[in-house]
Amino acid sequence: MAVDPHVAAKERTAYWVRVGAAALLLVILVTVVNVASHGAFLQPSNIVRVLRQITYNCVLGVGQTFVIITAGIDLSVGSLVALTGVVAARYANSVPLTGFLLIASTLVVAVGVGAAAGWVNALPVVKLNLPPFITTLAMLEMALGASFILAHGRPVGLNSTDFQNTGIGSFLGGVTNALHLPNVPIPVVWMLVIIAVASVLLTRTRFGRYVFAIGGNEEAARLAGINVGRVKTLVYVISGSCAAIVGFLYMALFSSGSPQTGTGDELLESIAAVVVGGTSLMGGRGSIVGTFFGALLIGVLYNAMNLLNVDSYLQKVVLGAVILLAVVLDELRKRYIAKG
Amino acid sequence: MSDAPLLAMRHIAKSFPGVTALSDVSLTLHSGEVLCVVGENGAGKSTLMKILAGAQRADEGEILVDGTPVQIASPRAAERLGIGMIYQEFTLVPQLTAPQNVALGNEPVRGVFVDDRAVTARAREALDELGVDIPLRVPVSQLSVGQQQLVEIAKALARKARIIVMDEPTAALTDREIERLFGIIHRLRAAGAGIVYISHRMEELPRIADRVTVLRDGRVIETRDARDFPVEAIISAMVGRTLDAQFPALPAVPANAPVVLDVRDLRREPVVFGVSLAVRAGEIVGLAGLVGAGRTEIMRSIAGADVRDSGEISVDGKNVRIASPQEAIAAGIAFITEDRKAQGLVLGMTVRENITLAHLGDFVDRDLLVDVRRERAAAREKVDELHVRTPSIEQIARNLSGGNQQKVVLAKWLLGTARVFLFDEPTRGIDVGAKAEIYQLMLQLAAGGAAIVMVSSELPEVLGMAHRILVVRGGVIAAEFSRAEATPEAVIAAATVSRSAA
Repeated sequence: MAVDPHVAAKERTAYWVRVGAAALLLVILVTVVNVASHGAFLQPSNIVRVLRQITYNCVLGVGQTFVIITAGIDLSVGSLVALTGVVAARYANSVPLTGFLLIASTLVVAVGVGAAAGWVNALPVVKLNLPPFITTLAMLEMALGASFILAHGRPVGLNSTDFQNTGIGSFLGGVTNALHLPNVPIPVVWMLVIIAVASVLLTRTRFGRYVFAIGGNEEAARLAGINVGRVKTLVYVISGSCAAIVGFLYMALFSSGSPQTGTGDELLESIAAVVVGGTSLMGGRGSIVGTFFGALLIGVLYNAMNLLNVDSYLQKVVLGAVILLAVVLDELRKRYIAKG
Repeated sequence: MSDAPLLAMRHIAKSFPGVTALSDVSLTLHSGEVLCVVGENGAGKSTLMKILAGAQRADEGEILVDGTPVQIASPRAAERLGIGMIYQEFTLVPQLTAPQNVALGNEPVRGVFVDDRAVTARAREALDELGVDIPLRVPVSQLSVGQQQLVEIAKALARKARIIVMDEPTAALTDREIERLFGIIHRLRAAGAGIVYISHRMEELPRIADRVTVLRDGRVIETRDARDFPVEAIISAMVGRTLDAQFPALPAVPANAPVVLDVRDLRREPVVFGVSLAVRAGEIVGLAGLVGAGRTEIMRSIAGADVRDSGEISVDGKNVRIASPQEAIAAGIAFITEDRKAQGLVLGMTVRENITLAHLGDFVDRDLLVDVRRERAAAREKVDELHVRTPSIEQIARNLSGGNQQKVVLAKWLLGTARVFLFDEPTRGIDVGAKAEIYQLMLQLAAGGAAIVMVSSELPEVLGMAHRILVVRGGVIAAEFSRAEATPEAVIAAATVSRSAA
């Protein structure tokens, strides 16, 4: 008995059913919302607005995707956004640099802090096999407290205006203006670049392959000679670094580093983006592009509900229902395949 | 009550895809009797007991309790019929105390609260019946293995079990605990219970068995009164078959073949106590022994999967440092694990990804990306070489049959340049055709100068596929046989009869 061709065919069918259903739903949703909003929804400027809104949670979700594929979780990312933003702002205010050097070195400092926090997150997970839920929860509290201490409880305003372009500027504004296209905010470009780099890292490198192998079967991965500890450490470092980039971008956007930035819905919405994007919380399965679409779906929903003047409390209910629906559908799909 | 036996299983048959686990098995158990069920690993004992416990359904046959036909659809149904199971792996909740475990699922209540006093009283009653005293206030995880087993038995008694099934109850006990257990079994028997006792330890049988049933290949070979069933006769009934022609001819190892793998005084307590073995180029060494004797642990220690306490390992005459699987792989040791689903494969990954997993570094180009085209070519080559039946190398490993999954595991290790191959149960649960192919492959590896160590619970396989057979018992090598000397009887005797009892 070799492979049951029936199962293989069903798996293929199920995949296309899923893709087809998703595409169909999207088209219907977009059309309905567009008509209901008298065409406002599909305005290029509105599309760019959605992208700008999802940027921060999407970048957090990209880092989170690596962690979740190894069957881990990183609860500290929201606090790390606050901490890295505050540290970056204080650093920028304390050095005599300007222009590109100031921006670049501030980014390096922020990412350094985020990466170090990720390393600390991973240490007890790797060495003592403690659950990441707990270690990153501890980091959530510590980073939050530390950012309030460092900021003396209030936002640290930037002395320099050199960050304004990074935070709110447009990418190749001359070109888009000439073509009568809406301006593309620079953070959106950051997001797209990060998605591209992360996607290549996850799908094309040895490291990426090991991330999937560990999430799929950690013992088999270990016995295949994979340095499981190193790979796991790296995924938390990546997640911390993504949080740092978000902290940096928020700092540039608001011209200040605040201990409250990132500590709201960011954590859970970034996890929601990952899960809605098809990454399994059990590990071993997932994609960066999926996370992008997950974030996009959530962003589109919010945007559509805003355009349709849906009550903001009701928006939350709808979002929750959509998340639930997405994971339930995914589970049903898997059962359909398993039944053969 | 009538004279009907306490328990009768009639014409039980059960098969799994590709394997017949039981066919036409009948046995009876009377009140006040100890029935010992013996057989080699895989003879069908576990399946039979799972059917009795309601964990699996028989395909055919009927079960009668007190002469009445019954359906055992679930563990709960078995419990209601008075069937109590004492598994090798205990089913206690480690954090709870002995009384809490005994009461689990049947807690006496007062109002909405659990009546703790009644819980304790009930456990004490059951333990008194056994004539033992164990701490009642501590979590059972703090009790010894022997004490935990007593809790299991008390649990069965508290549920009014009259048919008590014990699966290898002495496997993890000390001598004193074994004596106590035998005392308890005698007590239960005197009180009218029927006991099904499964054991590998031949020397125990004359002491406790009233009757002995021998299973082999899913059939009852013989049932006799223990008094006129000497241990030698039991062993030959267990072995029974002659080695047929399913094994290829083993070419002799050249007299001047160098030692490739040399292991000296390997220790990993409490399972491996000083094992030395040397395997020459082209040689296949079989490790025989019972499940739990330490065979797998010897292999895992050599492969770096477990960290050993002490002992030296050298490959091709060079001492190697092995503290992790990585180091073992670097030293040229490939470990084909026992459980392909838990340890051998990442089931959700493709055949290609599984095959290259241990040597992925070889496929990374200078741009740091994995060269999937080269990877595909290598995977395809191995798939063809090993005749892995899969529609494509991009198939998910989960969808392959057991034999083909096992071939994917082998392909993973053939991709490198290993000098030593450790096979742990290489043919467990795979069909005859795939088995033959795996034997051929082992011969090819040996012909290429590799050193091979194979653990197998299938005696014919060890006898048919190894130049030398080392019998492991209690974490040491208890006996060594050349291929010519090894007979099934001699190997089973060395594996099952302790020297003091022999």
